[in-house]
Amino acid sequence: MIKQWIKLAAILVALSVMSVSAKEPLVFDTPEQEARYQKLTVELRCMVCQNQNLADSDAPLAQDLRKEIYDMMIAGRDDEYIKTFLVDRYGDFVLYRPELKGNTLALWLMPGVLLAIGAIALGFTVRNRNRKLAAQRQEG
Amino acid sequence: MIGRLVPVIIFLALGVLLAVGLKIADHKTEIPSPLIGKKMPEFTLPVLGKEDVTVSTEDLLGAPFLLNVWASWCPTCRYEHPVITDLAKSGAVRVIGLNYRDEATDAQQWLRRFGDPYEFSLADVSGRIGIDFGVYAAPESFLVDAEGNVVFKQIGAMTHEVIEQEILPRVRQ
Repeated sequence: MIKQWIKLAAILVALSVMSVSAKEPLVFDTPEQEARYQKLTVELRCMVCQNQNLADSDAPLAQDLRKEIYDMMIAGRDDEYIKTFLVDRYGDFVLYRPELKGNTLALWLMPGVLLAIGAIALGFTVRNRNRKLAAQRQEG
Repeated sequence: MIGRLVPVIIFLALGVLLAVGLKIADHKTEIPSPLIGKKMPEFTLPVLGKEDVTVSTEDLLGAPFLLNVWASWCPTCRYEHPVITDLAKSGAVRVIGLNYRDEATDAQQWLRRFGDPYEFSLADVSGRIGIDFGVYAAPESFLVDAEGNVVFKQIGAMTHEVIEQEILPRVRQ
């Protein structure tokens, strides 16, 4: 029984590995290059699906762009060049971590601002409650 | 006193936020093109149906034109086709097709079936020029002025409203 379970697990693992490598058979010069490619395609947005990154998307455009990125990498371009290539064509939206600049300022600062508002509100609430409790104690 | 108003203010702010969200919901996936105000990308592409004839960027200059990205596999392209046809027939602006990631035979059959309003269609079989134009969802339309600058981009189906409000005023300038 256990043996059969192990067999099944092995088949499932093999299948999952196959589906990962089924995308495009890319050949890299070095493991570092492959790691760079994986990291970069995860950071870039697929414009067709928009909530998926380029690495995960099966959209035809995502396949084209992966090929384009691969070609640029093999041609010796650095990450900065590749990102600029895509931003020039698709805009900052293509980057999951857009650069900090004028039009992305709100995007980057908003979480901090919201957190600060929350902290201030919390501070006020706690202070008010403390005062009330203190007043009640004095009365009592 | 102010303490009592806080929930009301939060409620109103949330209401405004949700109203704005609803209003832009239809356009949320439309990303402004970084190409606006810049020269259109350089290319040389064969003409659909006349594969030995090629057209380059410079050949298109001299008068404004609408570059309509279409494909036979794209249902919304069929939906917007009558509008594109009306615009081409009106003669207000040249209408040139960019047949995107398509098979020539499918594309030609599509034009025979639904009509061919284009001056000509450029065949971008690999989609490589589409990448240079930042195409991510056909149909898309680029309005290019006489000097070759991209002045407007419509993502999704072209409508008569967009032609009236965005295309014609920019062509008349």
